[in-house]
Formats: sequence, C-alpha cells, structure tokens
Amino acid sequence: MEGAQPVPDGLVLTRYQGAPGLTTLDGYRKVGGYRGLARALEMGPEAIVAEVKASGLRGRGGAAFPTGTKWGFLPQGVFPRYLAVNADESEPGCFKDRVLIEEYPHQLLEGVLITAFALQASHAFIYIRGEYRKQRELLEAVVREAYRAKLVGKRILGSDFGCEVVVHGGAGAYICGEETALLDSLEGRRGQPRLKPPFPAVKGLYGQPTVVNNVETLSNLPYIVTEGGAAYAALGTEASPGTRLFCVSGHVERPGTFEVPMGRTTFRDLLELAGGVWRGRKFKAMQPGGGSMQVLGPQHLDVPLDFKAVADAGSSLGAGALVVMDETTCMVEVSRRLVDFYRHESCGKCVPCREGTYFESQLMHRLEEGSASAEELASLADICAGMDGRCFCPLGDTATWFVMSAYRMFKDEFDAHVGAGHCPVRAGVGAAA
Amino acid sequence: MAESEVEASTPNLASGTLERLRELRSRYPVARSAVLPALWVVQDELGYLPPWAEEVVAGELGLLPGDVAAVASFYSMYFSRQAGRHFVQVCQNVSCALRGADELLAGLREWLKVDEDGATPDGAFTVEGTVECLGACGGGPMMQVDRYSYEDLTLDSARETLERIREDGGGAAGA
Repeated sequence: MEGAQPVPDGLVLTRYQGAPGLTTLDGYRKVGGYRGLARALEMGPEAIVAEVKASGLRGRGGAAFPTGTKWGFLPQGVFPRYLAVNADESEPGCFKDRVLIEEYPHQLLEGVLITAFALQASHAFIYIRGEYRKQRELLEAVVREAYRAKLVGKRILGSDFGCEVVVHGGAGAYICGEETALLDSLEGRRGQPRLKPPFPAVKGLYGQPTVVNNVETLSNLPYIVTEGGAAYAALGTEASPGTRLFCVSGHVERPGTFEVPMGRTTFRDLLELAGGVWRGRKFKAMQPGGGSMQVLGPQHLDVPLDFKAVADAGSSLGAGALVVMDETTCMVEVSRRLVDFYRHESCGKCVPCREGTYFESQLMHRLEEGSASAEELASLADICAGMDGRCFCPLGDTATWFVMSAYRMFKDEFDAHVGAGHCPVRAGVGAAA
Repeated sequence: MAESEVEASTPNLASGTLERLRELRSRYPVARSAVLPALWVVQDELGYLPPWAEEVVAGELGLLPGDVAAVASFYSMYFSRQAGRHFVQVCQNVSCALRGADELLAGLREWLKVDEDGATPDGAFTVEGTVECLGACGGGPMMQVDRYSYEDLTLDSARETLERIREDGGGAAGA
C-alpha cells in the first residue's frame, strides 16, 4: 500500500489503518504524526483544555468521567505534576488498548505528550500490565526513538516544555487498573486502592497532583488538537460525543475491534460488524461493557451505544467490550467464571470484597454442579447486598453486578440448577446435539 | 557500604543486571518506584525471585528486604520458585471459555503430563493453573507462552506450537 492514502471519514483512533510502518517514527510522520504535538505547543495549555472540554471526551477506561473536567481538578500553581497513563487493560472481554498500542503506539505517545503539556506535567508514566510484555517492549522502543528525535525529554521540539516518559510494567494484578491502586503500584508498593478523597488530581503520585487517563482516551488527543473539539464531538451525538473503539468477542463469527460513532450505532450494528452470532445460532445474552457490567438480552439489541440509553437498559458501556453469548450458553457457568475472576483478583484490603467474593464463588460452584439448595441460592442476594456499595473500591461492587443481573434475567435457569445434580443447560444442549 | 556487604555474602547477579537496576533507579523521582521493573530484570536473569535476590534489590533501592518481599508476593507474575523454561498461560475467562478454552487447557495438561504445580517432567514448561483475561479476546481461545500470544487455537495447533517451542527453545514469534 502507498503512503498518502486518504483518511476515512468518521474515524479518529483508527484513521491511519493500513498505512505502512505506523509503529516507526518515520511511518507515523508520513501520515502527519506529531503535527498535533507541534500545534499543541503553539496553542498553549489553556487552549488545549478548552478544546478537550468542547470535544465532550469522556474517560474510556470504564468510568466515563469527562476528561476536561478531570484535568480541571488540578490545583493551580502546585508542581511537580504527573501524568499516569493507564495501560493496565485487564477487563474481561477488553482488548482495545492492546490494539491501540500494537498498531498506533506513536499516536498514543503523541496523545501522552499533548496531555502532559496541557497539564504541565514533568513526567508521564505509562503503566502497562505485566502480561503485555511484547507490547511493553514495543512502547519502550517507541519512546527511545522519540527521545532521539527530541520529541520527549528536555525542550521538546525546541520549546521550553520538557517531559520525561517512562514505560512501567505491572506484574499481574487486575486491581492495578483502579487509579489509586495503580499509583500505589507505581510507587513500588502492593497495588491496593487508596481512600478518596483526596483524589489523585490533588494528592496522587508521591503526594503530588496527578492525572490518570486511559490509553484510548489519550489516543484521541492528536485528532482533537488538530481537527478541533467540535469536529470530534460531531462524530457522535450531543449526549455521547465522538467515536469509540469497541471490542466484540465470544460467540460471533468475526471477533475484533471496531471504531464506531457513539450514540448513532446500536448493539445490533456492532454484532453485524462482527459477522453476527456464530454457527447460525440464536442470540441469548450479552455483556455490553466487559466482565463488570450487567447482562443484557435480545430485547436490548437495538439500544444505541449511548451512556444514558444503556444505563436506562440497566447496564453500562464500561470499558467498551461487547461479549456475545449464543443460545447454548449456561448463564450460571458464565456467572461462576466471573465470580471466580473477582475472587482471584480481590486485593484483600477490605472485608466485604475479600470474604464476599469467596462466598459468591463457593455458592456458584455448588449451583453449577447442581448441588446447591434453594436456601443457598436465595442467600446470593444477601451476599451481594453485603458487598455492592459497601466495598472499599469498585472491584467488590462490580463483583456482584453480572451475577445478580443474570439471576434476575435468567431466574428459571438458575432455579433449574437447584438440586439438579448436573448442569441442566449443558445436558439440554447435549441431548439436542 | 551496604552494597558491597550484600554482594560479598550472597550469590551475585550478573553485572549487567546490577547495572540495569541502577539505571532503572535513576529513571524515577523516587527510587522505590523502581521495585517492579527491578524485579522483572532479576526474574529475567534467574527465572524466579529467590530471597537473596530480593535482598540485593532492596539494597540497591535503599529498602528493607521485607518491603521488596511484600511487593513480590502480591503480584502473580513474580515466581518464588524455579518454573519451567517456558511459562504457558491458557486464558480461561469468559470470551475464551465461550470458544472452548476449558477443553483446550484440559487437553494440553493431559498431553504435557503436568504435575500438581503445572510443571512438565522435562522441565520445559510450567502451565499456570488460573489465568484471567489476557486481553486477546478477539482470538479466543488463546494462550500466551512467555511473552508471545498464540490465538484462534485448536488442541492440535496448540500442541504443534508447544512442540516447536520445546525444540527450538522458544524463539518463534507469536501471532
């Protein structure tokens, strides 16, 4: 493919898809890379913050907090300040940050530098999960190349602004995606969440003002700075501006990542982009936002990818991961698997999460095997009520969301496991096959 | 110097590793931040983190050995015992499970004849028992061997991959 191909309309994060050599500085410069950084240095910090506010960009790590507002919480005149980039992507079903790092690492670095300049941060730390070892080494090479080209370090592009960028590898702990646990881990401690307030913007890394932003969030910055916040916002709807990179996985023909406009795309559109439900089977259920979010059913397929519409349906877009389940799926098994995940990843700091995830897990294992009694199943709601809203951080809260929503939506299926001695869904599938 | 005492009374890390530790320490405004990267460098050399190596890291970063041990034991990717030459992780979370991850893992464990700790008799592989989402859900079922991922696996293709790695020591690039 030749270099100067037209950029497809309506795309931000993946607009250079297919251009050669994007993981090298030369390749990225050929498509116009680092023009955003040059433009940002001319604009000045305040103008950049204004564009980000105008873009309506909201955090893409799962909490969807408005990015410009988050930046605005930094106390004036307190230095040094830090930027921590959350590349600890570990949400079950989520692999978009991996794609953005593997295919567009310079775009991420440019976004990091623009943000560091807007915040006047002296250091940016890219915290990447330990399992992404190859991706960490790629980012390290990209940062080294950028240092040599004076895009990172002192006097960036000849300006007065300097920023050090450090790629920092985690070592296998889902909790480190929580922003205060990430900061503790980055300080060289066990990755356990901190009490808020104070929020990181006021007291973050080393007790200094710190912004923690997700990889996808920051990868939008080069576009927002060069094309303007209004142009970015217009790609989506007023309530859900811009585009988003959604991951689609599970029982679909062609799993993958798809960049789509927010608000005007539906779950059904995403499902179709992924080739529909696999093997000609029927759709049963989906998780719209990764392992933490509540289950939705076939009645929700026409819900748009809009924050409020998905909330009204009883779930959330979370980290942007759609997991599709076909008619053969046992919802008790999926719930057990997710509950086990939270038990494994609970950091142990607070009792409701540390103990509650064990209670949940024991119960769900017995239910899946068909050995739980009706009283035991009835205790699920009590266990979850003792956790949701009572844990130190969102990990423990979200450990209850999928299983409780699945219990409500598929109550007959849960009930059929009581005293059955086996999994009735699997037995049914076996009998039909 | 605490440094020379440590070096005199314990087995040594390679000089290149010690240089890397010092270079890592200089990257951060506060030396303690270098603990995780330092443990990675040490584990890359030794294959695991014996207590004496944690003490070397503590000495280099001006920490107590207990500070380093507390960190090392929190994170699942640091090993306290010698593992197989290659570390095999088969993702068992929902997206991969929906596409056959349990069957893949069971088939591989049986074929590799792993023991309770997940190690193969010839020491070539250690198969991790519990593996959560590895962020490659578009290619499920998948496994990661050392730093490379192998996606859209069947039991046959996974076996072939591991055979190849066993034979050529694992230089093969992943998917």
